[in-house]
Amino acid sequence: MSSGRSSGWATSSVLLLPAVAFFVAFALGPMAAAVYISFLDWDGVSAPRWIGLGNWVRTFTDSVTLHSLFLTVQVMVLSWLIQTPISLLLGVFLAGYQRYRALLGAFYFLPLLFSAVAIGLIWSSSMLSAEGALNTFLRAVGLDFMAQDWLGDPDLALYAVVAVIAWQFIPFHTLLYQAGARQIPQVLYEAARIDGAGKVQQFFYITLPQLKYTVVTSTVLILTGSLTYFDVIYVMTGGGPGFATRVLPLHMYITAFQNAEIGYGSAIAVILAVAGIALSLFLLRVTGFGRMESQAEGL
Amino acid sequence: MAAGRAPSAAGAAKPPRAGRMLPNPIPLLLGLVWFVIAFYPVYYMFITSLRTQAGFLGGSLWLPPQNPTLENYAGVIEDGIGLYFLNSAFVTVISVALIVAVSFLAAYAIARIRGRVAQATFRVFLLGLAIPLQAAIIPIYVLIVRIGLYDTLYGLIPPQVAFGIPLTVLILVNFIRDIPNELYDSMVLDGSGHLRMMWNLVLPLSRPAIITVVIYNALQVWNNFLFPLILTQSSNIRTLPLALQQFQGQYGVNVPGLMAAVFLSVLPVMMLYLVARRQLLGGLTAGFGK
Repeated sequence: MSSGRSSGWATSSVLLLPAVAFFVAFALGPMAAAVYISFLDWDGVSAPRWIGLGNWVRTFTDSVTLHSLFLTVQVMVLSWLIQTPISLLLGVFLAGYQRYRALLGAFYFLPLLFSAVAIGLIWSSSMLSAEGALNTFLRAVGLDFMAQDWLGDPDLALYAVVAVIAWQFIPFHTLLYQAGARQIPQVLYEAARIDGAGKVQQFFYITLPQLKYTVVTSTVLILTGSLTYFDVIYVMTGGGPGFATRVLPLHMYITAFQNAEIGYGSAIAVILAVAGIALSLFLLRVTGFGRMESQAEGL
Repeated sequence: MAAGRAPSAAGAAKPPRAGRMLPNPIPLLLGLVWFVIAFYPVYYMFITSLRTQAGFLGGSLWLPPQNPTLENYAGVIEDGIGLYFLNSAFVTVISVALIVAVSFLAAYAIARIRGRVAQATFRVFLLGLAIPLQAAIIPIYVLIVRIGLYDTLYGLIPPQVAFGIPLTVLILVNFIRDIPNELYDSMVLDGSGHLRMMWNLVLPLSRPAIITVVIYNALQVWNNFLFPLILTQSSNIRTLPLALQQFQGQYGVNVPGLMAAVFLSVLPVMMLYLVARRQLLGGLTAGFGK
């Protein structure tokens, strides 16, 4: 070990081995296996049968799968539209060093700590249920007509679920924006003030352009994250009512583990992975990860 | 991260704004609105957990019940939440220890020894950041069944470790790289090999990064739902999130009981948040911020 550079290759291999073993056996390998399984007709018990592109043809013709795909895109777009402006404003708000903002921030970040199951249960059982807090509140202030069966109405359930997911993830993106906003040089604001720019102008001409990279990072995380929303929806609606909230990961789960269609479920899983990796490669290109990798090469 | 530097940065950044005695009302107002949105469900969960089952529906939206009861907590404990706590703690402790140990070794090799193998491995790990857990879950299930770990707590650990490694390695590599070369050089002069270098130099200096990754991974494992959902079945080996979800069916309309279970499940993390808010929040964004 102490013979220095010459043993570098061997030493580094030994050090890398445990991590690589876990990673290949339980993450990368399974990912590759999913591709293989997607060509099989298999219920997980009896002997698998090779059916070539059978599952794949089905994926792009099955109306339920196409519906799930559409829902996932809808969740993606809605999540971005809700989470981005709110997180951005909250992040800029919390970037101020006033004590009351720090105090509020401590409460804002609470949802970050909770498991998705806890969040789903809080909202589905006590907030959004028929006799839950939201409806009780609406009735108390005389808005009875707005009280709804939020999770039981197929027209509303998706929006309700997206709102809860926003509640879950906005704190995380707020943290990103807070860190980003704090790195904006104060001189820019001082110069703007001297030029007579008001708060709103400062926001649009300094804060927003300076947060460009944070917006990109946060955007890609929201988009890739949208592919994986599972727990909250599983707990709140189980994909229903009907198929109203059956997003792709949930559809994959139901197909593979409840309907025992392991092969077909794998095809759906591969779609998830391809979409995730494609979006993440975009992340590598436009944000810090890419730069960091090239630094590594230069060493 | 950023919050950590708040005091000094505030000193440097605070502009001489004269006459600003009161907070600007518009941000303050919006800030309070979000406070209600973010905190009210948590608060309502807590006050509901103190209600009797009969008194649940008639309860106030804002006030805790006049005669708070702990019977819901007693019920949840009777239903064995203690065991689920232990199960979760067991899986979390072992998974986090493994993640940090193997990632530290790998990060040292990547950051210090370098070479083609290490760099290629690093790139594969970075790609791993992009693999969604759900995409690999079917083969993981098949694999765990085949190696006989299905429906055991041990079966939850290897996949947790595998999915914890990429981000952990990334954070540790970034940190270890920043350790000044002079420190290594002086140890090389002393004739230290990699093992001693790791143990005596890199490990002690990496403490902040290690705390970050321990917290991050502990939260991920503690809150994970998908692995126990798919890889276990028996009621006595449920972890907390799965147990909560099962309580949902079991408790039905007993919302106060369910909320008591939810509160108990988030209590340890909230206590950690009270004492180590900065590290916790820093850990959550460590891989993405800046």
